[in-house]
Order: sequence, then C-alpha cells, then structure tokens
Amino acid sequence: MSIEAEVLWLDEHRAVSLRELVELSGLRETELLELVHSGAIPARDSPGAGYSFGAQVITVARTACRLRNDFELDTRGLAVALRLLERVHKLEEEVARLRAELPR
Amino acid sequence: MKYADYYAALGVERGASADEIRKAYRRLAQKHHPDVSKEPGAEARFKEIAEAYQTLKDPEKRAAYDALGSRPQGEDFRPPPDWARQHGGAGAEQFSFEDVDFSDLFSRFGGGGAGRRGGPLPGQDFEVPAEISLEDAFRGTTLSLSLSMPEYDAAGILRRVPHNVKARIAPGAVDGQRLRLPGKGGKGFHGGRDGDLYLDITLKPHRLYRPTGHDLYLDLPLAPWEAALGATVEIPTLSGPVSLKVPAGTSAARKLRLAGRGLPKPRGGAGDLIAVAQIVVPGETGERERELYEKLAEAASFNPRQHFAEENA
Repeated sequence: MSIEAEVLWLDEHRAVSLRELVELSGLRETELLELVHSGAIPARDSPGAGYSFGAQVITVARTACRLRNDFELDTRGLAVALRLLERVHKLEEEVARLRAELPR
Repeated sequence: MKYADYYAALGVERGASADEIRKAYRRLAQKHHPDVSKEPGAEARFKEIAEAYQTLKDPEKRAAYDALGSRPQGEDFRPPPDWARQHGGAGAEQFSFEDVDFSDLFSRFGGGGAGRRGGPLPGQDFEVPAEISLEDAFRGTTLSLSLSMPEYDAAGILRRVPHNVKARIAPGAVDGQRLRLPGKGGKGFHGGRDGDLYLDITLKPHRLYRPTGHDLYLDLPLAPWEAALGATVEIPTLSGPVSLKVPAGTSAARKLRLAGRGLPKPRGGAGDLIAVAQIVVPGETGERERELYEKLAEAASFNPRQHFAEENA
C-alpha cells in the first residue's frame, strides 16, 4: 500500500531560502554564494533581505552539484558550465517551439 | 547479484594505474554525462562508468573488487565466503547478500563502512522520469510509481527495497516540469534525513496537438474555398469541440489563436490553442469541380508568384 505523497512544484512561484538550497542541492554555502555572485544561479531577493530563490533554481543547483562531483569542477568552471547549459536549454526550447509551429 | 566488470566499463586493463583510470573516466564522462549528452542510453552508460570509477579510484575498494576475481559481465554470483570478513571488518562475515545490488556492495565493503561509522547519513535523492499524456496534463492525474531504492539496513549495508509512491499531479504540468516529493527518496541512516524523490515530467507525443509550454499547436486543414471565402469550422480542444471563425483570405501557415484553450497554468489562467491553417486540395477532382476550377483560373488575376517576376525583371 502506498500513501499519496506531498508534491511540490519546482517553479518560480515557490520560494526557497539559501539554507534550503544548500540542503537540497548538496552544494556548500560558499560554493552557492559564488555561483550566485557570478550570476550562474539567479537569486530572487537582495542579500539585505536574506537570499531567496525561485524553486526552479533547485534543479540548477542540483545539476551544479552533480557536475562538481562528476567532473571535479571548481566554482568558476561550474559557473561557465551552468551558463552554457542554460543557453543549450533555451535553444532547445526555441527549437521545440519552432517545431511545434511547423505543420506535420 | 550480477557481476559488473568495472575495468571493461572504463575500457582499461585490470592492471591500469590510478592515473589511467582517472583519464579513462574523465574521457567517458565528458561523452556520456546525462547533463551533457542527449544520446539515447547516455544516462545508463554514465551510471556504469561512474559506478566503476567510484570503486576503482579508491585503493581499498579496488582491492576488495579485485579480490572478487574476474568474471563475465552480468554473471550471477555471490562474494566468496571469506571475502566479507577480509574486506568488511569485524562481524562482516555474518552478513547476508540477499537483496544487495552489486553497485551497492562497496558502500559497506572495501572501506565503505556506512554501518561502521555510526553517524547520521542522509537518504539518497532519486530523480525519475515520468511520462504523462497531454490529457493527463490537462486534467491532472495520479501517478503510481513502483521503485526499487537502496536503503541502509541496521548493519549499514545498502539493500534494494521496493517503494510504492502515489503522487497527485495537479493540472498544468508541462514538458520538463520538475516536481519534488520530500522524504520519498531513500531512507536516512542513523537519524539522517530521508532523501527526496524528484519527478521529471515529459509529455507523450499527441496525434493532434504539439505543446510548447502551456500553448498547443494544432494543424487546421482547410479546403481551398474555405480558405478563400472564410468559414466557421469545428475544432477539437482538450475540453471539447469549439467553433472557430476562419477569416476570408486565409493563407496556409496563418495562425488562428484561441485564447485560454491550451494547457491550464498551475496558478490560474491557461495557455492558448493555436490552429495553423493548411490548405488541402482533394486528391481527385470531379468533372463539375474541375470546370469550376478552370473558370476560376480564367477569371482570377491573382498571381501568387508575383515576387518571382519582380526578381527576374
């Protein structure tokens, strides 16, 4: 028997704190802050209010952790990899949209 | 359990140096890493490579692995009787290898020692793909997932345990939507928190609609006279048929937008349904129709290739 699980949507409508993001991603706080400062991980609120993030960032931060572990990358390498991956994702979305517009 | 040939997975000899193993891993990881490669099977291949590297890069684990001997990939086997004692520390010889996956063997043996450390260990997070139909994305659905997850037993050995998870997916999921199910991953050990389960939603291809975000594209076939004269046609939507007014003089590829007839958005509103006009000519033309087409050709002054003539002038 299985009980229905709580399901959280990882989208921009849900906020997560820096502490939660550290716990969920597996990155260290210093690494996360470096990625935020480099712009590779977008924060929602200013540091004065305490960093908060849209929950879709969890996926990005988890990817960063995976890349760090699997390729032994430092944060500068991670920042470049994340930006390139973001570009790839945007291009894939654009290709998917253009394909959807084409008649079958 | 099934034997895995870690040296073959990395494409190195059994006597390979640590440096050769690291180089082979890096080369293969760059090619097959699921965040980098979209090749079919890349994720499974990377899992093999990473599993092999995790064991072979650690001298203690590599020694424990080598002590199992060389066997054909995928052969059914059980570690030799004295192996657990030699590589698992005190009390290890009592362990049963029932339900233990080969990939989890070295979490306990060869210096893995989760059970020997005694401190809290968080449960593993898992990411699983979940493919749903467009209709399910529109209406919402409940997924029943049957997963096999490694969990630490009291002795610190990872054993495969079946997990059944039900997840209610509210209407409005789109392709690539990620969902988090807190605490539904692997169980924590010695007071560590339970892991999470992440679902990566993909939409099954649909015979009519092509989704992009919350919008849906639909081919709208029109007869030449419907395109020329305009028409009101019935088109299917995910909530039932609706009437669409096609303006006179509609050319192929014109987009006719039905606002709010796409996929619902999780926090209100909905995407659009975009009907893309296609002019379809009947394969066979009757005598009367042919006469009318010929009259039309004589009467019409329209030249769809006017710009060709301008180019050649």
